[in-house]
Amino acid sequence: MKFDAKTREKLAFFILGMIALIIILPIIGVIAYIIKNGAPGLSWEFLTQPPRNGMKEGGIFPAILGTIYLILGTMVFSLPLGILAAIYLVEYARENWLTRTIKLAIINLSGVPSIVYGLFGFAMFVIFLKFGTSILAGSLTLAIMSLPVIITATKEALEAVPKSFREISLSLGATKWQTIRYCVLPYSLPGILTGTVLALSRAAGETAPILFTVAAFYLPRLPRSMFDQVMALPYHLYVISTQIPNMPLSLSFATALVLIVLVFLMNLVSIILRAYFRKKKLW
Amino acid sequence: MFSKLQKIKESILEFFIRGSGILIILFVVLIFLFLLKDSLFFFKSYPLKDFFTQKKWLPISEPPSFGIIPLLLGSIYVTFFAIIICVPLGMGCAMFIAEVAPSFLRNILKSFVEILAAIPSVVLGFIGIVWLGPLVKKIFSIPTGMCGFTGSLLLAFMALPTIISISEDALRSVPYTYKEAAFGLGATKWQTLWRVILPAASSGIIAAIMLGIGRVIGETMVVMMVTGNSPIIPSSILEPLRTLTATIASEMGETVRGGLHYFALFSVGLILFIITFIINFLADLFLHRSKK
Repeated sequence: MKFDAKTREKLAFFILGMIALIIILPIIGVIAYIIKNGAPGLSWEFLTQPPRNGMKEGGIFPAILGTIYLILGTMVFSLPLGILAAIYLVEYARENWLTRTIKLAIINLSGVPSIVYGLFGFAMFVIFLKFGTSILAGSLTLAIMSLPVIITATKEALEAVPKSFREISLSLGATKWQTIRYCVLPYSLPGILTGTVLALSRAAGETAPILFTVAAFYLPRLPRSMFDQVMALPYHLYVISTQIPNMPLSLSFATALVLIVLVFLMNLVSIILRAYFRKKKLW
Repeated sequence: MFSKLQKIKESILEFFIRGSGILIILFVVLIFLFLLKDSLFFFKSYPLKDFFTQKKWLPISEPPSFGIIPLLLGSIYVTFFAIIICVPLGMGCAMFIAEVAPSFLRNILKSFVEILAAIPSVVLGFIGIVWLGPLVKKIFSIPTGMCGFTGSLLLAFMALPTIISISEDALRSVPYTYKEAAFGLGATKWQTLWRVILPAASSGIIAAIMLGIGRVIGETMVVMMVTGNSPIIPSSILEPLRTLTATIASEMGETVRGGLHYFALFSVGLILFIITFIINFLADLFLHRSKK
């Protein structure tokens, strides 16, 4: 049987649509499955109490707090460094071998497997710099991993500011840094924030980089300094779903739900920031 | 004129800005050196040849055997099947988003792809344990659902956002004149998409596939949780296996710091680093070519 071109087009587009549907349905399925099974296990106690009885009862408060500490720690290290590096690439760097090498390094950093970051963080921060298994070592590891996303987002945001802004500022006698500080950075802030929140939400969900650098199997007391270990949500989910026999599934589902909600909330913040600033865009 | 203070402040800031750029290079070099340093310790007492030719990974038997082949094959098997599954799906979806879907549908689809990209891998691993693994076990009636195939399915799912978004960019960056020329010759939308836009976007699409491969090879938690964790040469994708990444993640916690096994894991890390470096480097070459 031979179809004419129009029929073939309809058939092809139908198949493409079906493919899109095949991809969307499991995404909805996974989210719905976790919400349905996780919601019954959620309670105030679950969110605010430490685990008890070999983690088979109680809550996950130390893990939530640990993950928040790690997000903050990651931000402290990766945000300034990422922004400065992006400023260098956009405003200062000339097209030479150094710039090309930096760009290649960023591409490479974004492709390094997360477990290799874990290995490196362990060798460098935990052992070589003697930070021990600690929030500091984990945050630094996650920060290096987040750099490529932050740099790329910042670069795009800086490049989107029209060249004329810089020219006017320079022609009025402002220095290069004054120009960047007062005429470029304020307008690229939304893009930078969006990228940063996105990068941090990735970091919050990562398990492999924190396996040997910070995560504690079970540690009900809260950390007192940045040289302490902490529990973390993703690692906790890994532990209770693979290492604890006869773990009540409802708690695992509830933990997965909390982790997903945390990550989605951060994504939502970045989307709202983007929409809010886009409305206020001045040029 | 600027005060002297202002000038000093400016040059200090400039120093930090330049320093940050150079620091990025330093991180890559440091990662490489730390992996290399401990790998050299390993190869001092374990022959390089055996590492690449021994067919067994038995780190705690006496004498231990550190053959990387089973792990490498595990990674290759899982990656191969994941890519076979996700490339047609991802390409189809990218084509649908870029050329077929009306704009409201495009936005919905794109947000779903973003949601997928945001799901932490450990959550998908958990789904694999409680739902997908048992399902695979039932469908193929095999002794355990914790096997390479379950891992491939989840990894295919995880690589989709990378493949879709980069292919879509590539399809959209094909100049509009190409399309107009095809329409002008009387081609349908589908003929234009299939015979003009797709070939014109091919280097961007190759880059998308390569980055997808890089993503799959480097993924750790999902494969550690659902592929059964057995470091033997798999005879089929429906058997338990273990990848390079999962080996590091699952054995590092149990090794003696400074022992042969410990250093062996750094060698595995070095191999992974080199593989992903090459893949990303090539992908970037293709991306640049597609931008020209």
